[in-house]
Amino acid sequence: MQTLVVIGASLSGLSAARAARAQGFAGRLVIVGAELHPPYDRPPLSKDFLAGRISEADLALSEVDDDLAAEWLLGVKAVRLDTESMTVALSDGRSLAADGVVLATGASARVLPEVDGCSNVFTLRTLDDARALRGQLQPGRKMVVVGAGFIGAETASTARAAGLDVTVIERSAAPLSGALGAEMGAAVAGLHAAGGVDMLCGTSIKSFRILGGSVSHVVLDDGRELPADIVLVGVGGQPNTDWLLGSGIQLGNGVLCDAAGRTNIPSIVAVGDCAAWWNHRLQAHHRVEHWTGALERPALAVAALLQGGTVPRAVHPPYFWSDQYGSRIQFAGHVHGHDRVQVEHGCLEDQSFLAVYYAGDEPVAVLGVNQVRQFTRWRKFLNREAERYADAPAGAFAAAS
Amino acid sequence: MHEACPLSQLAPGDAIRLDTSPPIAVFHTEEGELFAIDDTCTHQDASLADGWVEGCEVECPLHASKFNLRTGGVDAPPAKLPVRVHEVIVQDGTIMVRESEEEPNLPPGVKVDGYV
Ligand SMILES: Cc1cc2nc3c(=O)[nH]c(=O)nc-3n(C[C@H](O)[C@H](O)[C@H](O)COP(=O)(O)OP(=O)(O)OC[C@H]3O[C@@H](n4cnc5c(N)ncnc54)[C@H](O)[C@@H]3O)c2cc1C
Ligand code: FES
Repeated sequence: MQTLVVIGASLSGLSAARAARAQGFAGRLVIVGAELHPPYDRPPLSKDFLAGRISEADLALSEVDDDLAAEWLLGVKAVRLDTESMTVALSDGRSLAADGVVLATGASARVLPEVDGCSNVFTLRTLDDARALRGQLQPGRKMVVVGAGFIGAETASTARAAGLDVTVIERSAAPLSGALGAEMGAAVAGLHAAGGVDMLCGTSIKSFRILGGSVSHVVLDDGRELPADIVLVGVGGQPNTDWLLGSGIQLGNGVLCDAAGRTNIPSIVAVGDCAAWWNHRLQAHHRVEHWTGALERPALAVAALLQGGTVPRAVHPPYFWSDQYGSRIQFAGHVHGHDRVQVEHGCLEDQSFLAVYYAGDEPVAVLGVNQVRQFTRWRKFLNREAERYADAPAGAFAAAS
Repeated sequence: MHEACPLSQLAPGDAIRLDTSPPIAVFHTEEGELFAIDDTCTHQDASLADGWVEGCEVECPLHASKFNLRTGGVDAPPAKLPVRVHEVIVQDGTIMVRESEEEPNLPPGVKVDGYV
């Protein structure tokens, strides 16, 4: 392989580039990134960076001494991928011929079309988003957070600590029920109330009152009107795959890949938040939107790309952490298929507990709230269990599409 | 010198966190050795005493950086800077720690006495 092109210059793209060099790739390495910023870390954007505790320099993921010998094309977007000629067309008119391509374009924050563009409506995905929002967090202001997912919850927590009046609106009966299951979603939702934030579950937004280009009130389906100085929209992310439409790359909820990150086109792999890898246990493609997956999995995909052949190592179950209201939440595994949740340490009321999700007798996931040590042991156990799947075939497209 | 705990209360495989400024983690490895290092990971705010020890290495419970318990050096990223190592002495059955005089490498946003 002469030229390896990585599209996306964030955690998963950088990890792929590093893995390629670590695995002995000595050819031309090009990294294309739509943002002007060199790779930076996103998790602090809703936590310490938003709170003003750390600086932009602290977010840097790469150092000057990173011996990558890569060509960085920053502020440039890949606009088209020709899978026949293996060329990538760029927004500045150039095109790159590649022998191998890593798709690492991540995800974007979903917006609410009816308020998109209003001056006091924010999403939080990029450094630029966080800069803009950080300037708005003055004590006493009223913030309405739409969506109680991780980013909504963390932003609510940070804003509350900065002295804002915060209300969170969540459509479903319990937040995070997709990620944690309904029962534990409800348990974790208790953190909001304890943190002094109004949490309105099972509530939908009817409309927004807009005055002079900014939202003045959020109108709920029960007729209530919430005054808002700031609206944070945290309604999830969508994979950045539109530019691949018509390229021949199979897309679903993300770029569809086998269990080692290979797409249906030879010499093209996908990693990080844009990629939905085949999961043996779920027997489905699954898009993981967590930091650790974006850090660890690229090494597998790059190995498959450079060396071909078998999957060298098992993929660990998805793991994420979240910091809210001074509590540390950690989760590993898949809730899918569990039939009971058992609290093994601590108790829900104390907001310090470890809960294990079982499918029959098999532990399939673990949730820790302020139980870091116990959580670590369980996570190691789940990782070892996953290694049982290491020899499974890498998965077919036919099985899922 | 900081007093940790009686040796009999720290079984092999266990670790404790001392409420010093900054906190210190003391490990008793499965192999029976005692080590003390700074408790706070140099990447972000996580307690290494809650981490996973294998051989002479501790893995951070948050993002899996690995630190060598003997040298404090980083064996695996994302952490870049080492933790300090401290001398461990067992005196009359009590674990004592002599804190290093070097400057600690605390993560961004964390000061010696805790969060900024
Ligand atoms: C505010 C926030 C807090 C988070 N907190 C946590 C947490 O606590 N725990 C956790 O586990 N995870 C957390 N995450 C998730 C974690 O940050 C992501 O999983 C990770 O960033 C994914 O990395 P990635 O490289 O795949 O994608 P991204 O980080 O999204 O990067 C993709 C990059 O590709 C660029 N790009 C897109 N399209 C193109 C194109 N056509 N051409 C060129 N470049 C393109 C984008 O501009 C972007 O820079 C958080 C995310 C956010 C936003
Ligand atoms: S906090 Fe230790 S590796 Fe991130």
